[in-house]
Amino acid sequence: MLADLPNDWWDSFERALLLRDANTVWVLAGVLSLGIASGVVGAFLVLRRRALTADAISHATLPGIAVAFMVMLALGFAGKSLIGLLVGAYIAGLASIAAIVLIRRTTHLKDDAAIGITLSVFFGLGICLLSFVQQMPTGNAAGLESFIFGKAATMLSGDAWLIGIASLIVICIVALFFKELGAICFDESWAAARGWPVLGLDFLLTGLVAVMTVLAIQSVGLVLAIALLIIPASTAMLWSQRLLPVVVLSGVIGGFSSWLGAMISASIPRMPTGPVIVLVCAVLFFVSLMLGRRGIVQLWFLRLRMNRRIDRQHLLRACWEILEQDESGVIDIRELGSWRSWSDPRMKRILRRCVARKLIVREGDRLRLTDAGRVRARQVVRNHRLWEAYLIHHADIAPTHVDRDADVIEHVLDGDLIRSLEVALGSAAGAVPASPHAIGGREPA
Amino acid sequence: MLWDVDLDVPSGKLVTIVGPNGAGKSTLLKAALDLIPSASGRVMVFGKTMKQQRGIVAYVPQRESVDWQFPVSALDVVTMGRYGSVGWCRPVGRRHRREAIEALDRVGLADMAKRQISQLSGGQQQRVFLARALAQDAKLFLMDEPLASVDAATEQTIIEVLRELRSQGRTVVVVHHDLQTVTDYFDHVILINMRVVASGPVDEVFTSEALRQTYGGQLTILSEASERLARSSDVKRP
Amino acid sequence: MTWQLYDTWVVITGALCAMACALPGAQLVLRRRSMMGDAISHAVLPGVAIAFLITATSDPLVMLAGAVVIGILTTFLVDLVQRAGRTEIGASMGIVFTTLFALGLVLIRAFADDVVIDPHVVIYGSIELSYLDQTELLGWSVPRGAVVNGGALVINGILFLLFYKELKLTAFDESLAAAMGFRPRLVQGVLMAMTAATAVAAFETVGSILVVAMIIVPGATAWMLTDRYGTMLVLTLMLAIGSALLGHVAALVVPGWFGFEGMSTSGAMAVMSGVLFVLAWVCSPRHGLVAKAMVRRALSLRIAREDILGLLYRYEERRSEDSSALSVGDIREAITLPRRVVASALRGVRAAGHVVVESDRLQLTDAGRSAASSLVRTHRLWERFLWERLGLRPDHIHGTADRLEHFTSASMIEELSEHDEGEDPHGRPIPPAED
Repeated sequence: MLADLPNDWWDSFERALLLRDANTVWVLAGVLSLGIASGVVGAFLVLRRRALTADAISHATLPGIAVAFMVMLALGFAGKSLIGLLVGAYIAGLASIAAIVLIRRTTHLKDDAAIGITLSVFFGLGICLLSFVQQMPTGNAAGLESFIFGKAATMLSGDAWLIGIASLIVICIVALFFKELGAICFDESWAAARGWPVLGLDFLLTGLVAVMTVLAIQSVGLVLAIALLIIPASTAMLWSQRLLPVVVLSGVIGGFSSWLGAMISASIPRMPTGPVIVLVCAVLFFVSLMLGRRGIVQLWFLRLRMNRRIDRQHLLRACWEILEQDESGVIDIRELGSWRSWSDPRMKRILRRCVARKLIVREGDRLRLTDAGRVRARQVVRNHRLWEAYLIHHADIAPTHVDRDADVIEHVLDGDLIRSLEVALGSAAGAVPASPHAIGGREPA
Repeated sequence: MLWDVDLDVPSGKLVTIVGPNGAGKSTLLKAALDLIPSASGRVMVFGKTMKQQRGIVAYVPQRESVDWQFPVSALDVVTMGRYGSVGWCRPVGRRHRREAIEALDRVGLADMAKRQISQLSGGQQQRVFLARALAQDAKLFLMDEPLASVDAATEQTIIEVLRELRSQGRTVVVVHHDLQTVTDYFDHVILINMRVVASGPVDEVFTSEALRQTYGGQLTILSEASERLARSSDVKRP
Repeated sequence: MTWQLYDTWVVITGALCAMACALPGAQLVLRRRSMMGDAISHAVLPGVAIAFLITATSDPLVMLAGAVVIGILTTFLVDLVQRAGRTEIGASMGIVFTTLFALGLVLIRAFADDVVIDPHVVIYGSIELSYLDQTELLGWSVPRGAVVNGGALVINGILFLLFYKELKLTAFDESLAAAMGFRPRLVQGVLMAMTAATAVAAFETVGSILVVAMIIVPGATAWMLTDRYGTMLVLTLMLAIGSALLGHVAALVVPGWFGFEGMSTSGAMAVMSGVLFVLAWVCSPRHGLVAKAMVRRALSLRIAREDILGLLYRYEERRSEDSSALSVGDIREAITLPRRVVASALRGVRAAGHVVVESDRLQLTDAGRSAASSLVRTHRLWERFLWERLGLRPDHIHGTADRLEHFTSASMIEELSEHDEGEDPHGRPIPPAED
């Protein structure tokens, strides 16, 4: 792919970056404001779990565009007035929402089928009408087809102004109803109980979504319009769980991806703007899926750390238990091996990590706990035995069974839980109770 | 979340699992069926693992677990109980359909066979599920709240069917919520509240002391620890 | 309109394509996963493009393999995004299919423009041209599109027959299927692969986006019309044929009405499948809007008729000898239902011979009085029951009893009769039962 790049691609990138090209400037301004506003509105759409409704709206705009074109032509206007076409698209979008709601309310079909039917039938109607438009004398496709895949490169200053002003209005409305929209997204019944008009707010949100979809079809095309609404929002939700940060971040991501996509498209030939913008959004999303809060990479690290901590704690507890029975203060590494069913290499690995943390001192085959190691081991053993005692005395579980449960739970017991255990058992703080069951073949004291 | 379940369920008895909300009754059944993973342990049915014994175990889920608008009749649903014995890719025969009709008849719904399932009342839907389990011709029945919010007639029918199953030497395990009827309906009771409080014949185990232990307040430490474990296993899951 | 051999083949190709798509589609609709069909059909585009880029051939089998792989990948990615990103299923599908579609567009535009895939075909399909591309089948010359879609239909048909009960069971009750060892996840995977393979076969015929209509709409329409799984599948196939036929006819006829010459057949097929859906939605015998409205109207008429009888009975019970009978106006005032309903309920009770009207005054006949007395009996038995057994206050029970009296079965009356003490809580007599 890179081999195909023209040699001067960096020049064109630089030209676009430095805004030297008047046409590119308008395109960039248009998609930037579009991306920001779509991101902001999309955050609410995704939080409200209505992502695919926007897909139906965008596909349904096609017949609206075609009809608007024909009507304007019949009335003697030039058919290509963008505002006129967008008004048609908006009306068709609202009609599709009405169709979805009606199907959902009056049949046993659910959202998925209602959206699918509306989307495909409206689109089919649009295709039929487009074949009419193409036969009209002035029609000659009239560039209407470009609404399907988008053609940001044709954006003119007037179009950019339109998109910019509309986006600004949309963002202002969102800011005005921020609290209310947030409430219906997170807890509809709570919002209703507060006496907020859930239906009206839903209507408002859907209206805003329809506006953004309609604005987006010119540059990214109606098939991909929902990408601008849902991908930045979903990306933002991977980084935060609070409303304001999600909305702001979603707007920023949407704006940035649109800008970058348009830049790439402007500097490399045969790169359609809309799809490239969507791909930039997607790359950000998948990167966030890896690196984001509780993303795949972070979870992997957490898991690794937790498993190591568990191993360490098991090792320390085994040391303590051995020392309890053998007063010498020295642990034979072979005895430790038989204590838990660890393979030799694994055992060595765990041991090495404990030594590195200065919990254990190793001299040949003999081990000693350091002072820090002793404190830790004592704590783990204590947690383990408190839990065992609790299960025996309060949950009536047989002493022979409690070891396995405590083995799992000892690693997640924190200060609070330990204190409630101490209260429940009436045991003194600090003391390590004796084990209630046999350890290493020896009966409890 | 359930702690340390170690149970022997006697065969050929009507067994009930009783406990407060959130005690883990349904969890226990689902874990026994391998529908949800359990941290450790295994389930043996008549000396073999659950996987080997799938054919002889029937499960009656809660009513909310399926879409009642699905385009099938009561008879279709009951016939599904025979699918396991039909096997992959083989069509359902007239014999299977006849067995399904017999099962429907046993729960008193023979005349509703052709009805679409959403046209049945709640109690009738529950009976359809029971009939489906009967059609499975199982030796062990696991039922999740079959008596929850059903009418008196349905309750009577279900109990009669359960007793009939017992007299045929089959084992029935029922998750139940109505303490009043435990002694009337069941032989063996398992009291649980996040752990098994007691298990044994009803007249020995079903005492006010055992009930106080089961219902006498949650063991908050247990539930807190469960929560923490669940959170840490969130991390564990890839 | 002149019908030629060409038109017959267009309809046959369209019908085969629609039927092939509709079969897996019906299953998706039943599983409430229709939009997976949408996602997969969008994902076909990059599948075909990547297969072409790797192998540099436009061999249909390679394209098919590419599309099936990407179809399964779509399912997997949706699942991954949903779990790892804790994203709602709709959003996950949206993210995955827009990404794949955008990838497909970029690949085609950058490397394969006008070579394999014409963007025009992506939108419109090329059903109109399918007749020109003929191929040999058993010594006959047949359009290639018909062979490809027919092949997809045959394979889908065989799979649906072979796994008839497995598909039905896993769609209805996944946990029972799992407990019986029927591998619901495997079945679902096969279904998604089928959908993807079918979508790529249909892609050239009706276009990538209109495939969605062929997948979802016939199945959803069939579900409006029947309550049987088997019947639903048969209806789905018939509706698919219907959309293809009507679609092509519409494409030939409708443009003439507006002075145009032609219309996209695949677009018209989608619209016609929508028209059939709307027809089913309105006219279906059980789930249709008309049927539901009629049931509601019949119910409110019955309630109005019973209320009229009850009103006249109670009035007769209380009035002194000399006061006049109730007038039609009094009835209208007393019954709070729409005038239209009350008027036709009045006609109803007169036609049934329960009421006679003499100079605007209403009078119960003997038959009417006996019907009314059993209604009032039910009402007062309910009042007694609510008061005595549920401990409700006597001034609170009238409204409840008023609603319950219309929905009381014979066995319920029998049960209520056990509380028959001759009087209701307000001290009025409970009319005796008649046989």
